[in-house]
Amino acid sequence: MSTLATTSKSSWRELLRYSGWIIAGLVVVASIIGYLSNAQVTTSMLASTLRQSTPLILGALCGLLCERTGVVNIGIEGQMLFSAFIGFLANVYTGNLVIAVAAAILAGMLVGGLHAFMAVYLKMDQIIAGTVINILALGLTGFFYTAGLTTEGKLQPINLGPLADLPLVGPVLFNNPPITYMAIILVFVMHYVLFFTQWGLRTRAVGEHPSAADTVGINVNRMRYINVIIAGGIAGLAGGFLTLEAVGSFERAMTNGRGFVALAVMIFGKWTPFGAWGAALLFGFASALQTQLQFIGTIEIPHQFIGMLPYVLTIVVLAGLVGRSRPPAAVGKPYETD
Amino acid sequence: MNKTNAPIVLEAQGITKRFPGVLANDDVSLTLHKGEILALLGENGAGKSTLMNILYGLYHQTEGEIRINGQRVLFHNPRDAIMNGIGMVHQHFQLVPVMSVVENVILGSEVMRGGGRLDIKRAIQEVSELSRHYGLAVDPTAIIEDLPVGIQQRVEIIKALYRKANILILDEPTAVLTPQEAKELFRIMHDLTAQGISIIFITHKLKEVLEVADRIAVMRRGKMVGAVSPENQTESTLAEMMVGRNVILQVVKSDAHPTDQMLRVENLSVKDDRKVTVVNNVSLEVRAGEVLGVAGVQGNGQRELVEALTGMRPVSGGRFFIAGQDATHFTPRQITELQVAHIPEDREKHGLVMPYPIEDNMILNAYFKPPYANGSLVNRAAIRSHAEALVSDFDVRTPSVVTPASSLSGGNKQKVIVAREFSKPVKLLIAAQPTRGIDVGSIEFIHKQIIQQRDRGVAVLLVSAELDEILSLSDRVVVMFEGRIMGTLSMAEATREKLGLLMAGSLD
Repeated sequence: MSTLATTSKSSWRELLRYSGWIIAGLVVVASIIGYLSNAQVTTSMLASTLRQSTPLILGALCGLLCERTGVVNIGIEGQMLFSAFIGFLANVYTGNLVIAVAAAILAGMLVGGLHAFMAVYLKMDQIIAGTVINILALGLTGFFYTAGLTTEGKLQPINLGPLADLPLVGPVLFNNPPITYMAIILVFVMHYVLFFTQWGLRTRAVGEHPSAADTVGINVNRMRYINVIIAGGIAGLAGGFLTLEAVGSFERAMTNGRGFVALAVMIFGKWTPFGAWGAALLFGFASALQTQLQFIGTIEIPHQFIGMLPYVLTIVVLAGLVGRSRPPAAVGKPYETD
Repeated sequence: MNKTNAPIVLEAQGITKRFPGVLANDDVSLTLHKGEILALLGENGAGKSTLMNILYGLYHQTEGEIRINGQRVLFHNPRDAIMNGIGMVHQHFQLVPVMSVVENVILGSEVMRGGGRLDIKRAIQEVSELSRHYGLAVDPTAIIEDLPVGIQQRVEIIKALYRKANILILDEPTAVLTPQEAKELFRIMHDLTAQGISIIFITHKLKEVLEVADRIAVMRRGKMVGAVSPENQTESTLAEMMVGRNVILQVVKSDAHPTDQMLRVENLSVKDDRKVTVVNNVSLEVRAGEVLGVAGVQGNGQRELVEALTGMRPVSGGRFFIAGQDATHFTPRQITELQVAHIPEDREKHGLVMPYPIEDNMILNAYFKPPYANGSLVNRAAIRSHAEALVSDFDVRTPSVVTPASSLSGGNKQKVIVAREFSKPVKLLIAAQPTRGIDVGSIEFIHKQIIQQRDRGVAVLLVSAELDEILSLSDRVVVMFEGRIMGTLSMAEATREKLGLLMAGSLD
């Protein structure tokens, strides 16, 4: 394929290419100014940013592992909801948070397995398969949930000693509950696995050009099964975050669209873990800002509009700022040998 | 060069492969000697690819056995074939476009550092050593999609050699290359065989076979017709073996008598789906009664040029006139109504409605008009008789006119399109890759039809990646490279070498 020089590279397009960095820079500057003027509010807002972004980054990591291996997963929302519910039940009946988190992860993997079965084995349309999962999770959790179940508590912040005493970054980064730490670690792990290991190379090849992988002896469907199931476990962790770390109890439809925002985050991050992390932090920040604005309550804007902030940001960022990003070439296509 | 005394490295004996309803390989036997280039010649559908896919472990034979160095082997998948020293370069490259050369080479047989980590540094070293040793120059860190196809093919060969292949299967390797790139490939093939590697070279191009092969095996309709030595063969004897009857390879035509200008293209620019300008300031003209050939390696803007001229793709700059009328922003229907016939490049996507019966495909350009339309109703009787007449005139081999187009062979599909397009008065014919992938008999027929139209005073724009086709049909030739016209040549000037250089973008 011959590529011809485009007529003119406009500076606007160049600007868009670095939009992620520019936004990140603005946020850093804003936080420093904020910290100097009101340390307490700024600290709590940034901490809240991190908390809000945790389910998004986990969801996005789930989505990008699936898509990198060639499977579209719009069922993240359902996977999160289902595992949030199972994690909650495990906590109610065992009272052991470690078991509860493990149960949430397993539940996510189970739903991931179902998605893989539909997408890889049955070669179903993957959008339909994802929709099935979303509806199924909503229905099952709604049906089996009974009000009045109580738990003995939720995951508590782990203070990382002297690091947590640093101004601003200490309380924000080094005094968090375990799943938040795990989400951050997973970003690095995912990046390393995808780009520096055999598994990652094969995963990406399967998502880009499955027959190329097949002809050198890689089992395409097996790679897809395993990756989609692991990704399900990550979505399960996101579900566990909601019931076991953030809220401490279950509500119907409590994922509240986070699974879909996670997909937007994945695309905004151009299918890379660090890109997705940046995007998740941006949305987390918007959510934190929204809460803060409602808290202050002095601004004459109806709270419904302030509540829209993260979602409006999603639309603006996706429609305007991302520019052209390229999904894995074979995403959504079942692999068929003739 | 006689290498038949060298030891036999691969032997296939009595291979039979049945697909539901089709006997793709019928008791086929083949031997390959060490250090030899064996050409496997045959038309599309003769069973060459099936046989090679069996040798590479992608298919499993119904009967027969394969021996490598005298040992009986049974391949369950490509991995088994690779382990036995067989490497295959597929016609459609099996390379991941967004990954680097080295990543593609090591994929599936990675160089590791323990703990599942890749050792890219060492992999790069190994790839550079291989490319030095076999004279296959390539930058290991380059990204595949930035490389020209000739180099991509080299990467495929390195990929096989990296897996210690000593038997290389090259499936139609020259289909995407310029003549110069093909020459370079032949040099590489000779270098490889000098180092003891054996090559099976699949093709349907007779000229290349005579040029490069040590031995030629010919297949026809699933059977092995025979293995011959190139010294006592000519193109026409090979063609006869391939087709089973005498074929006239040379198109017989008289001199052209061009008259009025039928198509004038002025500074036309067109963008592709990625919004990249792929037709760049193209100007040309075609007169009634002549064939203008557009030569070029695939993917240099020919497709987009044709799509623009037939109204299927918007024009981003310039204008074009058909029979004196500005048709730059016309719809495909309006252009058809100017008596333009179009043989599209992708016959299954743009030429036919695959599930429709032949009779409906025959009226796609006229269904809205009497006698086929009766107000908003269709006149089935008129459609049926129209289709029956065309099927017999154009020798479409089909059980009936209600057979779906999808069940026809490639050659017969193309005949349906040609029949439809020529069933109305034509002033301008735009033919894109009119004989790609069809049998020699149908090629002969379609070439004759095109020349007949020319002699009747039709202006013909012929776009083809087959240099032989361009040379035998055209009255003038233009060469496209990266969206530009590299030059217009008369047939006297248009030698293979000259065209090849222009196709590679060289202006001197």
